[in-house]
Amino acid sequence: MRLDGNAAAGALQEVFPLDATLAFATCAACGARDQLGGAQAYMDAPGVVLRCAHCESVLLRLARNENRIWLELSGCASLEVRTP
Amino acid sequence: MDSRDEAEGVRTLELSVPGWPGHCAGQHADLRLTAEDGYQAVRSYSLAGPPRNGTVELTVERLDDGEVSPYLVDEFRPGDQLELRGPVGGYFVWDPSDPGPLMLIGGGSGVAPLAAILRERAALGSSAPARLLYSAGSEERLIYREELDELVQPSYTLTREQPPGWTGYSRRVDRELLAETVWPASENPIVFVCGPTAFVETVAELLIDLGHAAQRVRTERFGPTGK
Amino acid sequence: MAVISRGFGGRRRREQAEGLPPGQYVTDDFPVFSAGPTPHTPTERWTFAVVARDGRTKESSWDEFQALPSETITTDIHRVTRWSKLGTVWEGVSVDRLLEDFDPGASHAMAYRDGGYTTNLPIEDLTGGKAWIAYNFDGRPLEPGHGAPARLLVPHLYLWKSAKWVRGLQLLDHDERGFWEQLGYHDRGDPWTEQRHWGD
Repeated sequence: MRLDGNAAAGALQEVFPLDATLAFATCAACGARDQLGGAQAYMDAPGVVLRCAHCESVLLRLARNENRIWLELSGCASLEVRTP
Repeated sequence: MDSRDEAEGVRTLELSVPGWPGHCAGQHADLRLTAEDGYQAVRSYSLAGPPRNGTVELTVERLDDGEVSPYLVDEFRPGDQLELRGPVGGYFVWDPSDPGPLMLIGGGSGVAPLAAILRERAALGSSAPARLLYSAGSEERLIYREELDELVQPSYTLTREQPPGWTGYSRRVDRELLAETVWPASENPIVFVCGPTAFVETVAELLIDLGHAAQRVRTERFGPTGK
Repeated sequence: MAVISRGFGGRRRREQAEGLPPGQYVTDDFPVFSAGPTPHTPTERWTFAVVARDGRTKESSWDEFQALPSETITTDIHRVTRWSKLGTVWEGVSVDRLLEDFDPGASHAMAYRDGGYTTNLPIEDLTGGKAWIAYNFDGRPLEPGHGAPARLLVPHLYLWKSAKWVRGLQLLDHDERGFWEQLGYHDRGDPWTEQRHWGD
């Protein structure tokens, strides 16, 4: 059940104060640079997985329980966010 | 809280949300319902109307096997409460200074964020050329019809049944239909596609096939559960 | 404190007093959840491997695998997202038969599948008639979204441990965290003691 990166916007907003869907992520596997809103989003997997739209490698993973959020970003070589 | 019926099984909720910071057309909110025993369900809905002080509009389509939409469409009434997280999803937002013309393609209730974008474009007095292609099963299932006819001259396609005398399209969106309704890739339109997953995937693939750059096609898949 | 929405019940939800692990609800649905695109490995190219700690590998082709004695399993399955589905029927090969003393000293295993997903399990949870490599669900071959052609099935643990599209088991002498376990999901995942996350 693949959705678009913007479906993960709410989940990511709990971690990042800025709109993560606008952040440019550079894929650690293939080097493609795209906004997270355009990534492939797999929700309820049981957590959230965002995959590179070009090579389908995992960009980031997010999981949470009542009082913790885990975020794994090793699939992003870098994240670039424009400041307001 | 107020509401209005847009079509059979489709309802727009006007929610009073004190402290709502405003939003951009195209964004969505995550809505959370909690039952008395603590059970929770979360769904995403596009923000339908323009930002007004502390009021948020969401258009919900009842899905027959849905868990949340039947409650919101049939049960939810003034005085009831729910939780919203948002606005989120700045990726699916149109930038009025975009040099290319604006192309909006919606399937079913996927037209909701696209209508919001058109309303905002009108409110800004933008002269950016805009077109809408709206696919629905039948005329009864079209929402915001009058408003859309005023904002832009939509191309409609009714895929399951058409009224007598119908002059619009009457089939599922295909390559030819897109070639006739969408600006050619050479004009560099920014395209927003929203609706059920299968619809979005078909349209997006055809657009790439027609030469549109992937970065110029923004998609918002609803997913099979309407999320 | 969450805001209660009057009249919202969650239509598919009904809790049963007995027989369900704590915190679970029953559903008749079986939606497909996945961490990535559906792999499509044709059975002609499919292999299942058991990899010993020293690297020795025992591989079965689809035909060899299908020739092994199979069992029919009727069981409840429990998702960590709180949904349980009762009385599901599967057919598959017991993991005991596939492990068969190949590396008897291993304490843990990592199940892996196409697409890079992994999940770790203690060996006790994979043996003693508790785990299968299942290829039929409800009397029919698995659908692509549900793990075709074969998935791991460990129904006494939360369903994320039952790796879909499974291709092998790497045997280990220590525990090593898999895809979701690295992100806070429990190393074992027993629904009866609600082992959803680390520290549960």
